[in-house]
Amino acid sequence: MVKHADGYPDALFIDRHFIHEVTSPQAFAGLKKRGLQVFNTKRTTATADHNVPTKDQHLPIKEALSRHQVETLRKNCKDFGVELYDLGHPFQGIVHIIGPELGLTLPGMTIVCGDSHTSTHGAFGNIAFGIGTSEVEQVLATQCILQYKPKTMKIEITGAIGKGVVSKDIILYVISKISASGATGFFVEYAGDAIRNLSMEARMTICNMSIEMGARGGLIAPDEITFNYIKGRKFAPQGEAFYKAVTEWKTLATDAGATYDKVLSFDGADITPMITYGTNPGMGMKITDRIPTAEELKEISEQNSFKKSLEYMGLEQGTQLLGKSIDYVFIGSCTNARIEDLREVASMVKGKKKAAGVEVWVVPGSKQVQEQAKKEGLDKIFEAAGFELRDPGCSACLGMNEDKIPAGKYCISTSNRNFEGRQGPKSRTFLASPLSAAAAAITGKVTDARDFISYMK
Amino acid sequence: MSKDKFIKLVSTAVPIPNENIDTDQIIPARFLKATTREGFGENLFRDWRYDSNNNPIKDFALNNPSYSGKVLVAGKNFGCGSSREHAAWAIYDYGFRVVVSSFFADIFKNNALNNAVLPVVVSDSFLKKLLETIQSKPNTQVTVDLENQKISSDNQSENFEINPYKKECLINGYDDIDYLLNLNKEVREFDLAHS
Repeated sequence: MVKHADGYPDALFIDRHFIHEVTSPQAFAGLKKRGLQVFNTKRTTATADHNVPTKDQHLPIKEALSRHQVETLRKNCKDFGVELYDLGHPFQGIVHIIGPELGLTLPGMTIVCGDSHTSTHGAFGNIAFGIGTSEVEQVLATQCILQYKPKTMKIEITGAIGKGVVSKDIILYVISKISASGATGFFVEYAGDAIRNLSMEARMTICNMSIEMGARGGLIAPDEITFNYIKGRKFAPQGEAFYKAVTEWKTLATDAGATYDKVLSFDGADITPMITYGTNPGMGMKITDRIPTAEELKEISEQNSFKKSLEYMGLEQGTQLLGKSIDYVFIGSCTNARIEDLREVASMVKGKKKAAGVEVWVVPGSKQVQEQAKKEGLDKIFEAAGFELRDPGCSACLGMNEDKIPAGKYCISTSNRNFEGRQGPKSRTFLASPLSAAAAAITGKVTDARDFISYMK
Repeated sequence: MSKDKFIKLVSTAVPIPNENIDTDQIIPARFLKATTREGFGENLFRDWRYDSNNNPIKDFALNNPSYSGKVLVAGKNFGCGSSREHAAWAIYDYGFRVVVSSFFADIFKNNALNNAVLPVVVSDSFLKKLLETIQSKPNTQVTVDLENQKISSDNQSENFEINPYKKECLINGYDDIDYLLNLNKEVREFDLAHS
């Protein structure tokens, strides 16, 4: 913290700032208008991800407005001296995937980006949160942001999760319990054995979706799993400096006996594969459950929104989703497009074929993930199954590029939001884990992934 | 970016009672491709306002000729989801200066305050009554007095909270960069000490 003054928000110094083509142009325009420079170009990294095509990335972008936005990013980065991992660059990818994989995201940092899923970086024990474009401009100009101390919440997942249950199910479970606004105003710390035993990539999936319950940030104390993940990454401290840094990072964990404004605890054994049925991420359930009825809702005031939501989804109250036919499968996004996600999907679909009539897109989170998938032969497994492995980007998570789910169609998606029209006008989204998405791709229906795990390695 | 000053507003209001209105509804992602802050108003609530043939959907509040004004009144958890500031720009560009709800998502609230749109948090009961009043009498005037932190309409009034720093910014048309640029020397020193 640079400055605290009574009656004013704190000026918080930002160690790492990530930018992309969609929420930065107006910020750079603001700098130009005020005649300001970027405060410290070494602390800002840019990539193109939100509206880039996921096919033929070596060709100029066809859609004029998207092309203009990416070209604007190029020009701004050049004019202001900011490093850009542009289309075709071996480090290009979704902003929240490339930060960690390049070792730009390190424990104890303050990290911001003009994107609400910046909470992803909290998996390393960071204060990481999404900001608006005016704030992007502030950070570019001053390397600081004005903040008030948020309330703190601890969410503990005790015990162990079952087979066929993955970190996406944990976070969908938590959000279904506390609602899409249950953590607004809080920063969340995830703790407990079920969290500790997760890999870094799985932890990132959890922190990523903190914003889906309203929390701007979600973090996990760094440990040996964290340090091993970071070791040897491109921009991480190397050699002696790494070990020195680890000593410092070890001091970051929350003190035993620390108090929080709110503490929630869930039993890992109760978590099963999850799926959403509505139009916000809080409208989720165990994949074997039935959709609630309006009468079962806790608050009567929510009944109208609930009914409207089911009408949009074309679903009936009180019915099961298991066995419901789907049209599209999207495996991608900053939530679930890392190499472990692709490996999980590949291990389930190996030697199998997608159901007829279902379209399956696998969109890797970064160029490095894509290359690694090819190196491991995952691309061959996907191809044989009829899955399309595309080029990296945000893709059908938000449908800014051509990857849109058509009106009325159902998509089981590993992304983070099931809002109306999120994946394309009138599209209908079921959020689920990569395993559940892979299982649905094979059967063409909403399927309990645990039915398949005996086939997996 | 400094905007116009906000002190007191008296206006009719537009009711959108839905809860959990996310920023994808306020401005769908496909309209985020502009590189300026202007012009987003025409796509505000695009998919609730127009059908797939671009015909206005009659029963949506923005298409209802009875409703107009600078105040938007909406259900709880307004502005959840994406951090896109375009949502605040669209609301401003359309002509709203105040959004009233019983609960706002954090990032949207900041974005609104940074763009001269005042988010007014009221109690559930105040909100319910306000929505009912506007729906039954669309010409009801709503008064939003920032100086005294008070919202009133017809037969009810309530005080609202606002961060004193943000209040000062809104009343004077200042923004955060003005404040942060004054700290330049301290920040330089901090940066050097932490690199």
